[in-house]
Amino acid sequence: MASEFKLPTLGENVTSGTVGKVLVAKGDTVAENQPVVEIETDKAVAEIPCDVSGTVLEVKVKEGQTIKVGQVIFTYKEGAGAKKTEAKEEKTGKEEPKKEAGAEKAPAKEAPERKPAEKKTEPKAPPRLHVLDRPTTPSVAAKAAAAAATPVTKHYPQRAGHVTASPSVRRMARELGLELSEIPTSDPAGRISAEDVQRYARGRGAAAEAPAGPAPAAEAPAEPYYEVQQDKWGPVAVEPMNNVRKKTAEFMTHCWTTIPHVTHFEKADITEIESLRKKYGKKVEAAGGKLTVTSFLLKIAAEALKRFPKFNSSLDFPNQQVLLKEYYHIGVAADTEYGLLVPVIRDVDQKSVLQLSVELPALAEKARARKLSLEDMQGGTFTISNLGGLGGTAFTPIISAPQVAILGVSRSQIEPVFINGQFSPRVMLPLTLSYDHRVIDGADAARFLRWFAEALEQPWVLFLED
Amino acid sequence: MMTDIRKTFVTVVGGGPGGYAAAFMAADLGLDVTLVDVEKNPGGTCLYRGCIPSKALLHVAKVLSDARDAAEWGITFTPPELNVDKIRDTTKGVVNQLTSGLGELGKARKVHYIQGRATFIDSQTLNIFYADGSQEQLRTEYTILASGSRPALFGPLLDSKRIMNSTDALELEDIPAELLVVGGGYIGLELGTVYAALGSKVTVVETTDGLLPGADRDLVMPLAKRLENVMHEILLSTKVVEMSERKNGIRVKLEGPDLKKPERHFDKVLVCVGRKPNSSGLGLKNTRVKVDDKGFVKVDAQRRTDDPNIFAIGDLVGNPMLAHKASAEGRVAAEVIAGHAAIFAPMAIPAVVFTDPEIAWCGLTEEEAKKESRRVNVTRFPWAASGRALTMGRHDGLTKLICDPETNQVLGMGIVGTGAGELISEGVLAIEMGASAADVDMTIHPHPTLSETVMESAAALFGQSTHIYRPKKARQAAS
Repeated sequence: MASEFKLPTLGENVTSGTVGKVLVAKGDTVAENQPVVEIETDKAVAEIPCDVSGTVLEVKVKEGQTIKVGQVIFTYKEGAGAKKTEAKEEKTGKEEPKKEAGAEKAPAKEAPERKPAEKKTEPKAPPRLHVLDRPTTPSVAAKAAAAAATPVTKHYPQRAGHVTASPSVRRMARELGLELSEIPTSDPAGRISAEDVQRYARGRGAAAEAPAGPAPAAEAPAEPYYEVQQDKWGPVAVEPMNNVRKKTAEFMTHCWTTIPHVTHFEKADITEIESLRKKYGKKVEAAGGKLTVTSFLLKIAAEALKRFPKFNSSLDFPNQQVLLKEYYHIGVAADTEYGLLVPVIRDVDQKSVLQLSVELPALAEKARARKLSLEDMQGGTFTISNLGGLGGTAFTPIISAPQVAILGVSRSQIEPVFINGQFSPRVMLPLTLSYDHRVIDGADAARFLRWFAEALEQPWVLFLED
Repeated sequence: MMTDIRKTFVTVVGGGPGGYAAAFMAADLGLDVTLVDVEKNPGGTCLYRGCIPSKALLHVAKVLSDARDAAEWGITFTPPELNVDKIRDTTKGVVNQLTSGLGELGKARKVHYIQGRATFIDSQTLNIFYADGSQEQLRTEYTILASGSRPALFGPLLDSKRIMNSTDALELEDIPAELLVVGGGYIGLELGTVYAALGSKVTVVETTDGLLPGADRDLVMPLAKRLENVMHEILLSTKVVEMSERKNGIRVKLEGPDLKKPERHFDKVLVCVGRKPNSSGLGLKNTRVKVDDKGFVKVDAQRRTDDPNIFAIGDLVGNPMLAHKASAEGRVAAEVIAGHAAIFAPMAIPAVVFTDPEIAWCGLTEEEAKKESRRVNVTRFPWAASGRALTMGRHDGLTKLICDPETNQVLGMGIVGTGAGELISEGVLAIEMGASAADVDMTIHPHPTLSETVMESAAALFGQSTHIYRPKKARQAAS
């Protein structure tokens, strides 16, 4: 009965190749490990040895044809030399990776296990890779293959003279499987540097395989767009960045450059909240706190996040998943003389507005005194930045990764609002919500912020809905 | 009954500079390595009967010729007395020191050393023959063949003690009064120089029309000139057609132009007509290793033979038959076996002839460029303009660069002169790094040294060499 020999796995990420030279013909007797076909991929030519023995019945591929891993190369009848029958076909899948691994992962201290003497199979060597010195079209390679008497050495250049690079750079490119001639360089002499190779490798997504070099200085742009010059146009005072400034600069650069931001604008009528605030302000003060709009914003934010869980999440991009958090720790941006600090209030959903009104001023004071511990500023799932005390009609805050949204609050104003056929003066609070568009869509944001505004307008809805 | 067969991961067959470099590298990469060689310690041809003993004897020759040259500076010595036994013993001492050192380096790396001869039973089983006649089998995952080469045999062969190959000549059995050296290649000229310095009247015959075939003529010229005074006679385009043993020497019949006396008598004949790869006697027929018609084992750029478990390196796989090429190949083979993506693809392999003056070159030669009709710019700096060369009384030198006419990239370098072998590495580095003549020119070289000739030859390309005045060629052509 006819069996089939299929194209084995060629290597990581290689799923197909072009047939170079076909080394067997109908009627040929093939033995295990005999090279039967040459397969060319982008960068290499591999002689594919077969793992079967017998007589070739029909060759199913021809020169220049592109074939996939698993595609039948030829059919054969198992010959006298064949040791295994059909059962082997099923086992191959299990057995082969082991053998291959044995041959490829040479650096084993102990000698590899011996097979019994009668089963004299040579362990599979990795398919030999012929590194090309330039991209070769299949036809050229096929011609070269036909011309060369020795199929082993033909594709190896003894000198790759046309590309200039130092030996260690050539080795780096080889180990990354890159073709030197394809790597762009800005060097006027065309000399390829280690940086050129690494940059090219990163661009090709091969960065993971690149030898770990020194990490680039944290988020500082490699090449400034402008020269920072002193005294060119007038006197300049130099102010060194303090740690808070440096961290803020680095972190904001990271967040701004890695998160696709969208900012949504809304206005909430807080006339009711304001009267509530005035009414109960004294009471809260007696309890040692301060009843501010932010206290309400916190409480409403926690409820909003519960109803819109995506806004309380993190993006796990490498694993293609969103992590929805079931706790509600909200950061509140605080302006201090050292710069921006963001203490985090834990479990906001479990706290009353009164409790929050006590906790928030205490944390803000701690921030201003620079007594916040690192832990006090970590673990937030959402952030509120309220600049209302200072002014502004709107601003677009930067999301604090790994969070996916941030609420910006500007100064409230009394505005005429058309209610029941007439204008009435209402206290309107401008809200802006920046969100990570990888996780959240515009409609989600509109719904979220509308719900938020309505909760501010009619705080009792919190108790009506679940 | 099951016998316990000795096992190893990598076996290196042959302990020369290719073999031991491969074995040490493989061990450094964490592999289990066995090195097989017939000698007590690694070393191979290079250390036992090649590079090292010949260089020791050439050092002796240099001392003798320097003493003679000292007369020019006003120093005359009484004629030297030679103790040939002492010279031989000192040479052997150097060899022993180096080879036992290698033995220690192998032990330190836990390389299993087998003193014996290995042949293949199959691709992964070797039979080891010990000197006492016993045998043992060795199972090995991979083998690196590094069995090297031996002096080639010569046409009109004669089984006589008076006919020597390079190995015999290095034994320094005696100093023949009249010596014929057959072959004007580097081995013949180096050993001819030694015997001439020790007092032999040396005649050199070479079949081609020049010494050191393959080397650029402008590099050979200063050597040929000096050798005229060192050798008794140098006969080019001349062949040895017949040799016969007489009572007190060898009768040789020569054939060539302008031979006044075609039949000559010599006390001894040294045959240096090249080397042949040691590819027989390894049991290669029991493997899938393929050998070409010259006896070289066929390999790919990773030095893998047609048998996926067997690698081959060094003289066994082809020219140039040089120790440093073998070492580099050996290290590549070891890396490949350890799973690295190494290949042997040097841009340049230096070659050095240790005559006096020395000749060294690397990369593209002018002759090769001519043969390939490749346009190059050649720039030369004569040592007569080198302060250092003159202080040594040796102005008979030349440093030249072969550059790409468009980019000025250094493609080749050639040097003739004292210490040329020590200077050539800069050229190899320049070529490997893709340096241009401007790079070499702008690299500050120490004064006063011979290395300045490298910098100045590069500067000469731009017509800007400090110590020679030679306007730029291009400018001349344009005017």
